[in-house]
Amino acid sequence: VLAAGGGSDLHVSTLLVELGAILFVLGVLGRVARLLRIPVIPLYLAAGLFFGQGGVLSLSASEDFLKVSADIGVILLLVMLGLEYSARELKDSLRTQAPIGLLDGLLNALPGALVALLAGWGGLAALALAGVTWVSSSGVIAKTLGDLGRLGNRETPAILGVLVIEDLMMALYLPVLTALLAGGGASTVVIAIVVAVSTVSVVIVLATRFGRHVTLLISADDRESLLLGVLGLTLLVAGIADQLKVSAAVGAFLVGIAVSGTVAETATELLAPLRDVFAAAFFVTFGLSTNPGDLVPMLPMAILLVVVTSSTKMATGYVAARRANVKRRGRWRAAVALIPRGEFSVVIAALAVAAGVDDRIGPLTACYVLLTIVLAAAVQGLPNRLAATPTRRLRGRRDRSELGGREP
Amino acid sequence: MGVEITNRVLPGIGVCQEVALHDGRRVGVVTRRNGLRDIVIYDDDGDGADATVALTDDEANAVAEILGAPQLTFRLAALQRQADGLIVEQLPVPADSPFAHRPLGDTQARTRTGASIVAVLRQGAAMASPTPDFVLFPGDLVVTVGTQASVNQVAHLLDGSTEVGPAGTG
Repeated sequence: VLAAGGGSDLHVSTLLVELGAILFVLGVLGRVARLLRIPVIPLYLAAGLFFGQGGVLSLSASEDFLKVSADIGVILLLVMLGLEYSARELKDSLRTQAPIGLLDGLLNALPGALVALLAGWGGLAALALAGVTWVSSSGVIAKTLGDLGRLGNRETPAILGVLVIEDLMMALYLPVLTALLAGGGASTVVIAIVVAVSTVSVVIVLATRFGRHVTLLISADDRESLLLGVLGLTLLVAGIADQLKVSAAVGAFLVGIAVSGTVAETATELLAPLRDVFAAAFFVTFGLSTNPGDLVPMLPMAILLVVVTSSTKMATGYVAARRANVKRRGRWRAAVALIPRGEFSVVIAALAVAAGVDDRIGPLTACYVLLTIVLAAAVQGLPNRLAATPTRRLRGRRDRSELGGREP
Repeated sequence: MGVEITNRVLPGIGVCQEVALHDGRRVGVVTRRNGLRDIVIYDDDGDGADATVALTDDEANAVAEILGAPQLTFRLAALQRQADGLIVEQLPVPADSPFAHRPLGDTQARTRTGASIVAVLRQGAAMASPTPDFVLFPGDLVVTVGTQASVNQVAHLLDGSTEVGPAGTG
């Protein structure tokens, strides 16, 4: 191994310098995002735009490495999502939130598809863009709810319910998209759908009934072997799923759901730092592959999509919260909470671009994701400025004065 | 004495438990999977948070200990009563007590009597293991453990029926 030639040494040193520079910049950006109180994803995308082709600095040596890292990043994002949800939560959400999930899908997927069709981009692009506008970012939203101290709010389960259904629907959507992008005929698509639906159902049933047995294969006692075991199993299943054209991401998601209990908790803890590194690589690589010059022509279309699909998302959130008997202010909080799109939109766009559907999907999605996240961050505080329902306010005040009167 | 607690599952995050208080207000505790706990005071709507405090695992345990302390003290008291020769008593600090508004350490209770002060109850809340600089107020109940004789001596110290000279060398 050490006997590599001089040229290779140079390559390695350039690779290290480039990777080091990127990671360091991302670290600084993470800090900036924290200070500005915005999610870090838009900054990662912007960093990719800055470094990549047509950007200010262009990278040479690290591009291949980053591409592999990006693929691993998607897999880790999805396996962590699966680990976070227990099979029971998925089943319960599906049972109680199905009508909202349907409304959410119709209201938010259709505008994306319509815009692509009206622009004359064709059916495949329409399907991809439908996915891009459909799915809210569970990562960004969960983080925002935590940061704003809204986890205990009454509308929060309704918001999370929408996210769970969307993530679950992705396990059906992604295989279909992958099959169609691979250029299969009607039969291939039908097979992909059947395989996806049956695998998802089987995994959920197995995980609820026999989750312990699946988990027994990997022990939670030895952290090192647990990390390697879960990571290995995830990559293995993702790879096999990819070869079967079911989508690597969905394979990883299903592994996450199947693993449960202490193993899942420890795995979440152990995989989180890896996920942070590789997911950052994923967002940067997406930015890298996008030429910043292409963003400007896409801006009008992106703004149109943001306006339309932010309104439809808000309608979804409002209805979901009303269904949970939440009052007006809480409904508006749920409405604005769901606006940000993120990891799934980028995953879908990356798939479509890689399959050569339409190059404009890349910059359009980059613009769109950036704008939804920034818009959402700007309006999160507005609902709490609405007046509270007056009757309760009076009652609260009286109660407080009574308590005050008891003080010595 | 039943307290109404509502549980809400937060998929991917943890669980939220909402407690209805006697005065119509509500507080909630969010237990996140990563061990963080959020204490939520609900707003007038009852839906959103007026204030939220995030506690680490250790901080949450410390708060839980404080809130659970009165029960703990009484359970301890019940146990101690059965122990041979030892008693636990809650001794009042009267308004004219020589130690009202003075630090606990000034009583030198343990040196003078051999009894231990394990907690102070004030307006229903328990301050467990008070330090010598803890200032006593009229109306406090001083939870004292010791033999009957030593506890009586502490009671006399507190109500001023034992003449106490200038603080000794201890």
